Amino acid sequence: MDFEPSDEPVALKILIAGGFGVGKTTLVGAISEIRPLRTEEVLSDRGIGIDDVEGVEGKTTTTVAMDFGRITIREGLVVYLFGTPGQERFWFMWDELSYGALGAVVLADTRRLTDCFPSIDYFEQRGTPFIVAVNCFDGADRYDVEEVRSALDLDPDVPVLMCDVRRRASAKTVLVTLVEHSLKVLTANQS
Amino acid sequence: MTRWMDEEAGPVVRPYALVGGRTRSSGDTLDLVALVVATGDAPRGDFVPGPEQERILSMVGTATPVADVASELDLPLGVVRVLLGDLQDHGLISIGRASASERILKEVINGLRAL
Repeated sequence: MDFEPSDEPVALKILIAGGFGVGKTTLVGAISEIRPLRTEEVLSDRGIGIDDVEGVEGKTTTTVAMDFGRITIREGLVVYLFGTPGQERFWFMWDELSYGALGAVVLADTRRLTDCFPSIDYFEQRGTPFIVAVNCFDGADRYDVEEVRSALDLDPDVPVLMCDVRRRASAKTVLVTLVEHSLKVLTANQS
Repeated sequence: MTRWMDEEAGPVVRPYALVGGRTRSSGDTLDLVALVVATGDAPRGDFVPGPEQERILSMVGTATPVADVASELDLPLGVVRVLLGDLQDHGLISIGRASASERILKEVINGLRAL
């Protein structure tokens, strides 16, 4: 069932991805109204036998809080930000998160650039529109956008920008850049 | 009970006890931003909504995303999916999805700039 966009509410989903400690939670907090949201994660093999998981149909999960924020554009038009789980053992969650997503922000830290490779690979393969936002940490060497683009081997049409996710204005620019990119991808696919 | 319990104590009833230990239902594949709305119909068969499901029904008089339902109830998404799946199976809610049009995206861009 599809709703008519003019009359019915629209809820859009933006993913915030990137390695552990890269500033995903800070970005969500800088720009949106943070809401509590708990989800399940698969227990690692190590947890089995310690946590009592008997009788739950072989699905071994525990609950964790996830980054979840809400930006109300107007009544009936709300953008939801979801932080993707930072560890590879949570890949299964990415599929459900990324389904129908408007796009993704891949946050990068130039001190650990390789941390964002899995996210970039994932969104490239799924065809989810994404941008790379380089969070400029204090004390990190500054690189220019083209150096980062080349280090990450990005397609020329993928936007790359520098940001400071602690600043609301900067977080805003990141999201605007993403939605503009998603719009470009959408109109390119339509024509 | 509230006198000696606070949030730190954790839930009194383990979440999956609310759904009979089930982790699977027709609500499994519900998208986080799929919109849930009450149909206002009587339940099919002899289904009686539980207290959490009654809370959901009172919340979704207007279309509400799955993630907001889970957040409001303060229950894990997996549990909420099972609760929603049951409500949907018994005709008490319908679940839809809005697609993003060019017009909507332009509105979002302008809205974000104006924040």
